[in-house]
Amino acid sequence: MKIQKNKEWRAPRIRPKNIELLENLSNAVAVSGDERAVRKIVLSKIKDLVDDFQMDALGNILATKKGKGRNLPKVMLAAHMDEVGFMISSDEGKGFYRFEIVGGIDPRQLAGKPVLVGKDRIPGVIGAKAIHLASSRERKNSISVDSLRIDLGPGNSKKIQSGTWAGFATKFSQIGPSLRGKALDDRVGVATIIALLENPPENIDLLVAFTVQEEVGLRGAKVAAYTLAPDMAIALDCTPSLDMPLWDGKENVEYRSKIGQGPAIYIGDGATLADPRLVSLIRNVGDEYKIPYQIRQPGKGGTDAGNIHKQREGIPSISISVPGRYLHTAASIIRLKDWKNTISLLHASLSHINNQTLKGDRRR
Amino acid sequence: MSNTLKHLKEMISSSGLSGFESPIREIISDAWEPYTDDLSVSKLGSLHGKLFGSGEEPRKSVMIATHMDAIGLIVTSVKNGFLYMDTLGGIDSRVLPGQMVVVHGEEEFPGMIIQPPDHALPKENQSGPVPINRLLIDLGLEEREVAQKVKIGDLISFATEPLELDGNYIAGHSLDNRASVAVLTKTLEILNKRQHLWDVFAVATTQEEETLGGAATSGFALRPTIAIVVDVTFAKSPGAPDHLSFEMDKGPTFDWGPNTHPKLFKSFEKVAKDFEYSYQHAVYSRSSGTDAITLQLAGEGIPLMIVGLPLRYMHTPVEMIQIKDIERTARLLADFISQLDDNFMDTLMWDAEKEEDEAK
Repeated sequence: MKIQKNKEWRAPRIRPKNIELLENLSNAVAVSGDERAVRKIVLSKIKDLVDDFQMDALGNILATKKGKGRNLPKVMLAAHMDEVGFMISSDEGKGFYRFEIVGGIDPRQLAGKPVLVGKDRIPGVIGAKAIHLASSRERKNSISVDSLRIDLGPGNSKKIQSGTWAGFATKFSQIGPSLRGKALDDRVGVATIIALLENPPENIDLLVAFTVQEEVGLRGAKVAAYTLAPDMAIALDCTPSLDMPLWDGKENVEYRSKIGQGPAIYIGDGATLADPRLVSLIRNVGDEYKIPYQIRQPGKGGTDAGNIHKQREGIPSISISVPGRYLHTAASIIRLKDWKNTISLLHASLSHINNQTLKGDRRR
Repeated sequence: MSNTLKHLKEMISSSGLSGFESPIREIISDAWEPYTDDLSVSKLGSLHGKLFGSGEEPRKSVMIATHMDAIGLIVTSVKNGFLYMDTLGGIDSRVLPGQMVVVHGEEEFPGMIIQPPDHALPKENQSGPVPINRLLIDLGLEEREVAQKVKIGDLISFATEPLELDGNYIAGHSLDNRASVAVLTKTLEILNKRQHLWDVFAVATTQEEETLGGAATSGFALRPTIAIVVDVTFAKSPGAPDHLSFEMDKGPTFDWGPNTHPKLFKSFEKVAKDFEYSYQHAVYSRSSGTDAITLQLAGEGIPLMIVGLPLRYMHTPVEMIQIKDIERTARLLADFISQLDDNFMDTLMWDAEKEEDEAK
């Protein structure tokens, strides 16, 4: 399918207020199952931008922004509100709380980190044994989650109930060309959808889902896609950039994505094989509009698209991610220009979607 | 916010790694200036604050030593836009992945210590702890800028912001040993308004975490009659053996062992009992692991006492301490110093016959 560049098209501007919104979203703690802090920010931002919105049984926010005209294609955009984190499992007194990990966090990332616990954001730390007290044999092994505690200080003994969620406490910052903060996976996707709602395409009906529980099994997306029943869907996420130098100096050929190289278009990951017509549409738009993009290396991992595409009679789906380093740790790093290019690529691609889009050839 | 908390927060928001203490020395110097008669800097960078006593000359003197240097990291290589590092002071590399740091290059750059993904590591490091020579620092900058602005040997400080916790607790990096410096500042403040016969030498020592060279040389330069070392000790926390760790909020430890002068220890116990201070009894069988190791040996030798502040998670960026323990210890030291008189040294005399009696 050939794309003709629309000469009138202008990329949506990313203004300081968009970055400020991403900062607020990143600093909010919303671990899978407890997305209220992000839900609150999203609702306050979108309520004047959309035609209608609702919250479903699981806590997803579903909203619609209609285009101009009838029988327009219904395009779903999904970004997940939840982040990886912790759940308090028992109170051991003197400020020590045992905890479980929620979502995929390498236990080697835990020792020595500040955290925020519960809706009152009580500050605490995950301590680690003093080096003086750890034998050299002990230091050959990783510190197990079992041996770590969230410590809120003896002044907060017996204050927190088991079942309370907690997250990393890292504060967002803009550093040169980069944005650094916790939970950019997937607050950058959330902020991307909000930026698109501020500059909505008129040729489609936009159905948006801010989903819950992605990090624990793509759960929110499953029911969101059922309710919205779109013609097609795009999951917006943050994908790992494993683009560090190899220890032996060899070329890194398993980088997944590279930061600074533009939005990552998925052809296939561990959960979804992207609809080839959507892949070519978006690639063609990138080429014609000269918006940098990269193909995410196929392999493990998954996005909300993993559950969306199997909903109802099937929903042709694709994922587009902002590449991010160190996801699922205390902080991740993305490049501002990758985010801007993600919004541009999406905005331009949406403007080319019509009722013929899914009638094209599936062959690549 | 109490003065102590404010002062301590300022100190643990500053750099000042072993051997490179200037940033912290300036802060301490400003804090001690109103409470001292004389301030100077030793040849190895220790800060000497003198508060003269009211006794007749030649006056005896008590030195209180608290090290001001902090553990941190140093750049060993700049490559592909990433930094490689080694430690200054003892750091368990298992606490490093994911830590926020400040890299003191041409500017102060916020950085993050990162653990490379498995495929970028040799097989033996793909599970288990990643050794420090395989960890990297990402400054969020383009490769070209990193190469221009960061050099081998640039320092790297922890950037964890101070966390105030309910019940007068605080967490952050470098509480070892800035918490003890805060004790000393408070002691000087109290002594300023009080009579004391002896001269008081307040010393913020350098290089404790690496060489103990600051305490050794300041001890020699000042030749105090007696010395008190204040440093942090282990508070009870997961994995800390019960017999080597102490309660927070129960007062300081008095540390008993060969760096400690036994009679000075006894006189501290007496003052604590007389003034009703709670304290905890700590023992070390060989070495106290503090400035006392070299300070005791300065010149012809110095009778020395060690006072400890219980602290959780020593040498991590999230050390935790009780502010009230700092203030209590400061008052205790001030009370101890105020009662030092012309005859005090008689109580420290080694007396073989009497010792034998005491032993019975």
